[in-house]
Amino acid sequence: MSSLSRADICTIACAEAWRGDGEVMASPFGSIPALGARLAKASFAPDLVLTDGEAALAAGVPALTVRPDDLVREAYVPYKAIFAVVWSGRRHIMMMASQVDRFGNQNISAVGPVDRPTAQLVGVRGAPGNSLNHPTSYWVPDHSTRSFVASVDVVCGVGNDRARAAGVGATRFHDLRQVVSNLGVFDFSGPEGSMAIRSLHPGVELDEVVAKTGFELFIADAEIPSSRPPTKEELALLEQLDPKGFRSKEVPG
Amino acid sequence: MANKQRNLDELAAEIETGMTLGIGGWGSRRKPMALVRALLRSDVRDLTIVSYGGPDVGLLVEAGKVCRVITPFVTLDSIALDPLWRAARQAGEVELREIDEGLFYLGLQAAAWRVPFLPARGGLGSAVLDANPEIVTIENPYDAGPYADPADAGARLVAMPALRLDVACIHVNVADRAGNAMILAPDPFFDDLFLGAARRRLVTAERVIEAGTLSEQGPIERATIHRLLTDVVAETPGGAHFTANQPDYPRDEAFQRSYVTAAKDPEAFSAFKDRFLSGDEGDYQRAVDEWRAEA
Repeated sequence: MSSLSRADICTIACAEAWRGDGEVMASPFGSIPALGARLAKASFAPDLVLTDGEAALAAGVPALTVRPDDLVREAYVPYKAIFAVVWSGRRHIMMMASQVDRFGNQNISAVGPVDRPTAQLVGVRGAPGNSLNHPTSYWVPDHSTRSFVASVDVVCGVGNDRARAAGVGATRFHDLRQVVSNLGVFDFSGPEGSMAIRSLHPGVELDEVVAKTGFELFIADAEIPSSRPPTKEELALLEQLDPKGFRSKEVPG
Repeated sequence: MANKQRNLDELAAEIETGMTLGIGGWGSRRKPMALVRALLRSDVRDLTIVSYGGPDVGLLVEAGKVCRVITPFVTLDSIALDPLWRAARQAGEVELREIDEGLFYLGLQAAAWRVPFLPARGGLGSAVLDANPEIVTIENPYDAGPYADPADAGARLVAMPALRLDVACIHVNVADRAGNAMILAPDPFFDDLFLGAARRRLVTAERVIEAGTLSEQGPIERATIHRLLTDVVAETPGGAHFTANQPDYPRDEAFQRSYVTAAKDPEAFSAFKDRFLSGDEGDYQRAVDEWRAEA
């Protein structure tokens, strides 16, 4: 058996985010979440809905290497229809976060002052609306004090504190689920919906996570669980769905 | 029936200094790049650009044509960030009004339906309201009565204002001279709403054909742009290059990479402009053909 890689652990952790979701659109961003959503659909979450990345739903569970033109499609879903799905709530997105804070506010827009940022990123995209309309998780492949920050520079995805402040219009369908990083899995079960450690990936020490997090993480138990490894069947699925090892390019080691 | 066909220069002349210009497409997909290139050659400036931003935004901003950008993002899709846009923002040279993707859709829809706003949850609690102090929230007026949903009693929602445009331009696969058009590419995006939101409505097309013959070009359900939405059409073969316009052509990934490489360095970008953007649209297409032959 090949030795267990951190990328494999991260992929299983991402897949687990969609467990129990039923028939919803899984919208993963990043190679590891994309692989995780496929693995979930191929095993314990068969009703998940995947898109082809263009304007259709992808049938079955295509490998990451399948070219868009070769995908089998099951329905036509252009962007207008995607927004109808967003506003219906039948979607669970896993977005990336250049910055995420203690209450799950997320930034993908810019770092630094808004009028003259030190780093212009892609923009708010659909994050404000996604985070208020359907379940939302985040993927951070490089856990550090630069990504897990005390306060994000631009609030794109809305955190629990800001949603509460905006009232029931914001909180009604707001549902932050998990943050998966290269070091562990986190949720928002801490006081006032703050970030808590759910599990640490095998080989990761708590001290490392604390040192690389720019705010206080809630820790419920003295004994922190370990993120689960893939089963033998899941390892076979990982090889089948990611034969070129894209996942190890996103998280080495 | 009026013949709406004009040439590219006549179409581009519709756009004047100070206007609010809506640009169809999404990211680096089906952008009216021939029009963008025509604007780069023009004296127009102080534009407000309303766009699901791709290379249109970076190029117009770099050329000093733009005072304000209203957008949810600027991306080249297969390459996440546009160096021209990043450089301009990081130098504080252009005003950005960031709008959530869904709110942006509703803003265009409101303008197209001639209502002042449409309500949404998206935007609440986010930087969108900080970046756009003019955008306000409203209280749910249906707190009681037969239409009230108790779960939303007391809810405040974003009142997304109509994004009214002076002029909008989209790029399609084929149009007829009457101003009907067919989008054969996978996603029509929000192009119909850009046109609906604008006073003057411009369409560039890979091919312009006789009025009444559009149904020979593909399924009539793809002719989603009808002549009640359009004022001017112009034929611009390769007019979305280097963005994607299937089935006519995919994104020119190699050319986009060369654009990005050049855009990271002012000297290299100056050479890029000399080679590709110093002449008219025909010169551009010939320069791209020569570049391809060398590659």
